[in-house]
Amino acid sequence: MNLSDSKMKLAIAGIVCGLVAVCLAYFGNPANMAFCIACFIRDTAGALGLHSTETVQYARPEIIGLVLGAFIISVVTKEYRSTAGSSPVTRFVLGMILVIGSLVFLGCPLRMIIRMSAGDLNAWVALIGFILGVGTGVIALKKGFSLGRAHLTNRMSGGALPVLMLGILVLALATTLLKSSESGPGSMHAPIILSLIGGLIFGAFAQKSRMCFAGSIRDVILMKNFDLLTIIGSLFVVMLIYNIATGNFTFAFDTPGVIAHSEHLWNILGMYAVGFAAVLAGGCPLRHLILAGQGSSDSAMTVAGMFIGAALAHNLGLAASGTALNAETQEVVAGSVPLNGKIAVIICIVVCFVIGFFNKRSENK
Amino acid sequence: MKEVDARGLSCPEPMMLTEEAVKSEKGAIRILVTEPHQRMNVEKCARDHGREYTSTETEDGFAVVIDPQK
Repeated sequence: MNLSDSKMKLAIAGIVCGLVAVCLAYFGNPANMAFCIACFIRDTAGALGLHSTETVQYARPEIIGLVLGAFIISVVTKEYRSTAGSSPVTRFVLGMILVIGSLVFLGCPLRMIIRMSAGDLNAWVALIGFILGVGTGVIALKKGFSLGRAHLTNRMSGGALPVLMLGILVLALATTLLKSSESGPGSMHAPIILSLIGGLIFGAFAQKSRMCFAGSIRDVILMKNFDLLTIIGSLFVVMLIYNIATGNFTFAFDTPGVIAHSEHLWNILGMYAVGFAAVLAGGCPLRHLILAGQGSSDSAMTVAGMFIGAALAHNLGLAASGTALNAETQEVVAGSVPLNGKIAVIICIVVCFVIGFFNKRSENK
Repeated sequence: MKEVDARGLSCPEPMMLTEEAVKSEKGAIRILVTEPHQRMNVEKCARDHGREYTSTETEDGFAVVIDPQK
């Protein structure tokens, strides 16, 4: 089974994943979040006690399902390969940047598309930053950037992250050890079984279609190849139809309840860091969960970096706050990016430049 | 025969190396990659440049031999 050899199949994969996101939004996931990799990793990190922000703690079965879905489909279709050794610590750092940039914008590239489909103009502004970030990564690639080769390794190594994810699922289902929000975004979720099935389906389709939000724009800039963009386009259309049909489409900035803010410069710079880091790491946050599921220990390191980045974003006060309605006064309170978050984004961008322009293919063997 | 060893490299490096080789080398080229989708991308690149190719599975991935330009 190959979903990446024709634009029609890629479009179908995007539609299926869009429908999964629609179902999860309909059955209880936060409005306009539906399926956000950065937010869900942040929630899962909170459930494990890696940070203590009580409103964003929940072991999201979608994340577990994505990794396990990619693992199962890659084993069944003989695409599972246990590999490791391509600058793992650099990839860990890039994972941290992917999530810190996302939490300053308030969403990963997948959620950016979902927010765009709901008419959130802040997400359209952030798209500018994301494209510029991907473009800067492409310049680094053209100047010879590389993180070096991965090598085949012990089969069990590639299976470690899927097993850890299974462990989180068992803890969530069979114990009370994990934290779970009683209010806020972490308390809003579809039933566990639906979230898990949704994650498994999304993971399987993402693995077979090579879905990647950064890769889609990178391929257009680098090779004028629109294949991967087809998936994103069809996912966007499905979500757009759902949002219009259910009255969730609001074409505006500063919409209370959307979990977004209108600090344009920081929306742009946050997603600039994400786009840049994603090209250097070889994929967006979603793609790394999928690659980790199909055996890449290097992507598993990126995922570990994302967990730590999410924890730091909340422990050090880097994450932005969303525009909200004050229940008592009925006033709209604008969301914002804290000073620590702004400093962190600048550091992230500087680190991307250092990684992007000091790791050369010519130095690799 | 020119050989491009793209094994273990992250996307889009195998594709970039293939493009570079196909543009600069008129003779046969042997390209080594690790992942199935990388093999597919290399084959697509050869087709886009009007070149014929033969793919085989190797111990640690795939080898795509692109025929000389006609």
